[in-house]
Amino acid sequence: MPRQLNIFIENRPGRLKSVTEILSQGNINIIAFTIQDRGDFGVMKLLVDKPDVAHLALADKGFACVLKDILVVSIQDKPGNLNKLASLLLKHNINIIDTHGFVIEPGNRGICCIESAGAENANITKILEKEGFEVLGDKEISEL
Amino acid sequence: MIWNEEMECMGSEDLKNIQSERLRQIVDYVYNNCQAYKNKLNACGISPRKIKTICDINKLPFTTKEDLRDAYPFGLFSTASKNITEIHVSSGTTGNPTVVGYTKEDLELWSEVMARVLALSGAEPKDKIQIAYGYGLFTGGLGFHYGSLKMGLTIIPASSGQTKRQLKMMHDFKPRILACTPSYCLYMAEEAREMKLDLKKSSWEIGIFGAEPWSESMRKEIESTWDMLATDVYGLSEIIGPGVAQECQHKKGLHIFSDVFYPEVINPKTAKPVRDGEDGELVITTLTKQGLALLRYRTRDIVSIKYQRCRCGRTSPRISKIRGRTDDMIIIRGINVFPSQIEHVLLGIEGTKPHYQLVVDRKAGELDELEVLVEVEEKIFSDEVKALRNLEEKIRKEIESTLGIFVKVKLVEPRFIERSEGKAKRVIDKRII
Repeated sequence: MPRQLNIFIENRPGRLKSVTEILSQGNINIIAFTIQDRGDFGVMKLLVDKPDVAHLALADKGFACVLKDILVVSIQDKPGNLNKLASLLLKHNINIIDTHGFVIEPGNRGICCIESAGAENANITKILEKEGFEVLGDKEISEL
Repeated sequence: MIWNEEMECMGSEDLKNIQSERLRQIVDYVYNNCQAYKNKLNACGISPRKIKTICDINKLPFTTKEDLRDAYPFGLFSTASKNITEIHVSSGTTGNPTVVGYTKEDLELWSEVMARVLALSGAEPKDKIQIAYGYGLFTGGLGFHYGSLKMGLTIIPASSGQTKRQLKMMHDFKPRILACTPSYCLYMAEEAREMKLDLKKSSWEIGIFGAEPWSESMRKEIESTWDMLATDVYGLSEIIGPGVAQECQHKKGLHIFSDVFYPEVINPKTAKPVRDGEDGELVITTLTKQGLALLRYRTRDIVSIKYQRCRCGRTSPRISKIRGRTDDMIIIRGINVFPSQIEHVLLGIEGTKPHYQLVVDRKAGELDELEVLVEVEEKIFSDEVKALRNLEEKIRKEIESTLGIFVKVKLVEPRFIERSEGKAKRVIDKRII
C-alpha cells in the first residue's frame, strides 16, 4: 500500500530547504509534493520513492512527520476523467480528506493521490479497479 | 492628608513597642488556632514564649507559597471557615489556586490600609474615584472599593474593560482619581485619541497604579499623556491585596504600613537580612490579621527598603518599586501567571510533557500579550491541518479558562525552543517597561 510522508513545517524562511536538504542527502527522489499553508505553519505532503528511509531521516533530525496510507490512482489525461473518479467515490459515499494530482504524460496519463476517510483503502481499490481505474502499488510508484 | 497620623507618623521606639506587642500576640494566636502553624513552629522548636520583641522575628520559620498550596484551601487559616466573611483567589504555581480569607476584622483592616493608600496618593474625602481594577475574585477592585467607602469617596465601580464606556464615564462624571493597572491607563489613552478626546483636559488628576511591574519611564509617559500624577501601589492577595504599600505625592518609595505588615528584606539564597538600601526579597509578617495570618511570608518580590523619615511627614519605612521576582512568575494585565500553570494545562490536553515557551510582549499603547509556543512532536502531530487547528484552539481555550487571560497559541517545530544545559527557557519577556 503506498504511503505519503506528511511533515509539519513552520512558515518561515529556510524551513522547506531544511527538509529538501535531508532528502537530498538520503538520495531520495520526490515524485510529487504539495504544501497546505495555514498561516504560521504548513503541512508538506510528499510522495517519494523510499518513504521509510525518508521518514527515518527526517524524524532523526527532529521533524514531526508521519507516514499515511493513500491511494494512488492512474487516470487517463482526458476531459471528464477526474469527474468520473469523484462521481464513483460519491456513489459509494466515500469522503476525501485531501487529494492532489499531477500529469505524468501530457494528454495520456495523470496521477491522483487520495487520502480518504471512513472506508478501507483496500475496499476502495476494489471499487476503483472494478470501474477500470488503475490503482498503483509501491513498485509502480517508485518507477514513475 | 494623612489618614492615620498616629500610626503613620509614630516615632521609631513607639512603633517598635507596638510591633513587638503585636508580634507576640500573632505568634501566640496562630500557634493556638492553626494546626499547620503549630506543627511548623514545633518542628523548629519554637515556643511562642520565646518571642518577646520584634527583634526575635528572625527566630521564626518562613512561610512560602508552597505552604499555602499544601494547605489548600483553608489549612493555613487561623479561624474556622464559618468565621470568614470573604474569600479571594489568585493563581497558584500549579493546579490549585491560592485562597485567602478575610474575617470582618480583616475587612476592617483592609478598609483602613486602603484609606491610607488613597490619602497617600492625594485623595480627599468627597473626591470621585473610578475603580477600573477587576471586581471579583481578584483583590484589586474590592480592595479599592472598601478603602473608598471608608474614606468617604464617591465610587464609580467600573471594573476592568469596556474602554469606551470607561472614557465616557470619565468625561461625563468627572472623577478626580483613577485606579487601574498602568498599562490599561496607557491603553485607554490610545482609545481616547481615536475618540478624539482631549487627553490633557481629562478629569483624572491622580492615578493609583499597580498589580503589574512598571517603570519610571512608563510613569513619565502616563503623566505627560494625561497630565496627571501617577502613583504606585503595592500589595499581594496573600497579605491583604492592594494596601500593603503606596507612594506619597513625593514619589520617593512606597510607604509600607509596618504597624500591621512587618517588612524584612533578605538575601533570597541565604535567607539572611541584607543591609538597608540593598536589593533583596521582601518578607512580610501580618501582625494583626485574623483569617489568614502569615508569619514571615516570602513574597518573591525583589525590593530595597529605607527607614528615613519622608518629606511628607510619615515615618513608615519605604520600599522601592518592585525590581524583579525570585521565581518565574510573570504578570500579564494584572494577573499572575506561572509557567507551571501552562504546563499543567498542556499536560492535561496531551497526556505527555510538551515543550513550550511563553513570549510576553507589550507593543506601544497596547496591553500585554501572551503567546504560547508549543512544539509539535510526533506524539501530538496529526497530519491533518484541520486537526492541528483544533489542537491550537483547544490549548487556547483551556489556558483561557484556567488562567482567565487571552493567549495566542502558536505551534512550532520540534526543537524550536532553545534549550540550555538541557533546561528549556520557559519565558521570554520582551516588554519594555
